[in-house]
Amino acid sequence: MSAPQPSHLTARQLARQRRSTAWREGWRQFRGHRSGMVGLVVLTVFVVLAVAAPVIADAEGLSVTRATGGVLDPPSSEFWLGTDDKGRSVLTLLIWGTRVSLMVGLLATVISMVIGTFVGLLSGYFSGRTGAVLFRLTEWFLVIPFLPLAIVLATVLGPSLLTIAFVIGVTSWPGTALLIRSQTLSIKERAYLERARALGGGRWHQISRHILPNVMPMVFANTTLTVTIAILAETTLSFLGLGDPTRISWGSMLDDAYSVGAITTGSWWFIVPPGMCVVLVVLSFNLVGQALEDVLDPRLKARR
Amino acid sequence: MTVGAVTEALQEGATAAPRGRRRSFGRYALGKSVGALGSLAFVLVVNFFLFRVLPGDPGRNLGRGRMESAEDLAAFNEAYGLDQPLPQQFLTFVRGTLTGDLGTSLRYRVPVADLIVDRVWPTLLLVGTATLLAAVIGVWIGVVGAWNRGGRFDKISTGTSLTLYSMPEWWLGLLLIATLSVGLGPLPGLFPTGGLSSPGVDPTSLAGIPDVAWHLVLPVVTLTLAYLADYSLIMRSSLLDEIGEDYLTTARAKGLRDVQVRNRHAVRNALLPTTTVIALSIGFVVTGAITVETVFSIPGLGLLSTEALSVPDYPVLQGTFLVASAAVILANLAANLVYGVLDPRVRT
Repeated sequence: MSAPQPSHLTARQLARQRRSTAWREGWRQFRGHRSGMVGLVVLTVFVVLAVAAPVIADAEGLSVTRATGGVLDPPSSEFWLGTDDKGRSVLTLLIWGTRVSLMVGLLATVISMVIGTFVGLLSGYFSGRTGAVLFRLTEWFLVIPFLPLAIVLATVLGPSLLTIAFVIGVTSWPGTALLIRSQTLSIKERAYLERARALGGGRWHQISRHILPNVMPMVFANTTLTVTIAILAETTLSFLGLGDPTRISWGSMLDDAYSVGAITTGSWWFIVPPGMCVVLVVLSFNLVGQALEDVLDPRLKARR
Repeated sequence: MTVGAVTEALQEGATAAPRGRRRSFGRYALGKSVGALGSLAFVLVVNFFLFRVLPGDPGRNLGRGRMESAEDLAAFNEAYGLDQPLPQQFLTFVRGTLTGDLGTSLRYRVPVADLIVDRVWPTLLLVGTATLLAAVIGVWIGVVGAWNRGGRFDKISTGTSLTLYSMPEWWLGLLLIATLSVGLGPLPGLFPTGGLSSPGVDPTSLAGIPDVAWHLVLPVVTLTLAYLADYSLIMRSSLLDEIGEDYLTTARAKGLRDVQVRNRHAVRNALLPTTTVIALSIGFVVTGAITVETVFSIPGLGLLSTEALSVPDYPVLQGTFLVASAAVILANLAANLVYGVLDPRVRT
């Protein structure tokens, strides 16, 4: 990396260069984090599985009418993880379930992060009535118990993939909003914002060019935690029969397994793998999140 | 987690704005109580509109699948006051809720309030026992782990806690049922697979007590493990926050033994955030039990709401949602008040 030559660079290029250096430095620190790297590798494997699902496992395997296996057959050389109650390969279902579980998780997280960041930024930046109202709203949503509300919404809106993502998204944003709010409150008092104000920067300029870029890393670190909530929530809602009945997810597999009595028949291959996948993915997100927090806030390192 | 976010908000209050006059506890409590009342009002509004304004005809929503003819629908609308203007309906709803009238269950044909009163005891028993056990064990694990940070106990307990934290608690319940109730291979099952008591045994009689306890072992273990992860991780990180503090050096310089320094000085201060989290999690009593009660068929509030899903029994769902939210708000208020007593800095 050669030293930047300020005379040739515009302010914007300079900022971009500085930012990319910061990212590289962050990545270097992240790589030194063993548990974080393990989590990242596991997640990569699952993402590859989800993307490559049509190549690895034939979509025909999801059809109930064309199923070739027996009812709840134990693992064999043909069906590595046995079959479900309809004779389909559990492994095929598992691979396709990765898609739905990850997709719903990510979609819900995006919804939650957008609402949370927006409300948090505004309620932190505007100290007057707007801020107070938004803060109150956040507090109200914070105390509404998540699962009952999600159940009620999913029942009223009807089961579909989008409903599930929407329900999880709109019920899980308050935590993010509080975090972003407290960040915004502290950034607002810093000298460079005073300078921006003195130079005549408007509110929009201050928020979009100074505060938002500074809270973004925090938003990203928080994303990993929101994803875990979203994936667990999707699994639970699907298990309660509120998921999309036309799609296979890990939660709906467990719902099937439970309702056909896989527990009493001892068909562990139908119960253990979907749950293991959930635990692996959620645990990996948690580990990556911890590592990200350490990189962003070195004070935390002393705690772990 | 929601609980984590709430504590964050509490702690933010503790550190923000150190200047300014401190309010008296009375004014602080009043402010918090007014806030809680506001939240309760908000929940009432949400509860009302959720079932009436969302897409579709409220009559159809509330009685989905049961209204065959137009006359049925009209009669239903009249019975539930759905033919009246919305503000009028809202007033009726608020008045009903305040006087304990939560409507009639579509499935059981009895008042929802009676159903809830009937079903609240198993939930309280299950969640109360689990919370107590998890609090005691979780705090202990957190303390021992943090005090010997990086040691073998710490590594194993943190790893286990994180894994439990990443697990849907009902899946853990399913595994426990499959191994310990149904039996694994040649091993016979030890525990009942579900329910609160054996058929023919009166759970309220003296002979029923061991029977109920026997039935509650697995569900309590499941919930305890789920809560344990939360509590031990929080206790650990709040104790680690204290470990570098000067007053511990002072305590050591006074010649106190290591255990005394830990228990009399460090743990006392570190217990503060943990107490709050435990107080808050009591509010999630209904929420926490929903899936575990379903898996173990414990006839509590959680099972009541999941059973209502399949009908769907909207008045029951509405009632349990109201109870669940009210519990969280009250626990939240209690946590705030306790925190205000324990740490006067939040009363700024």
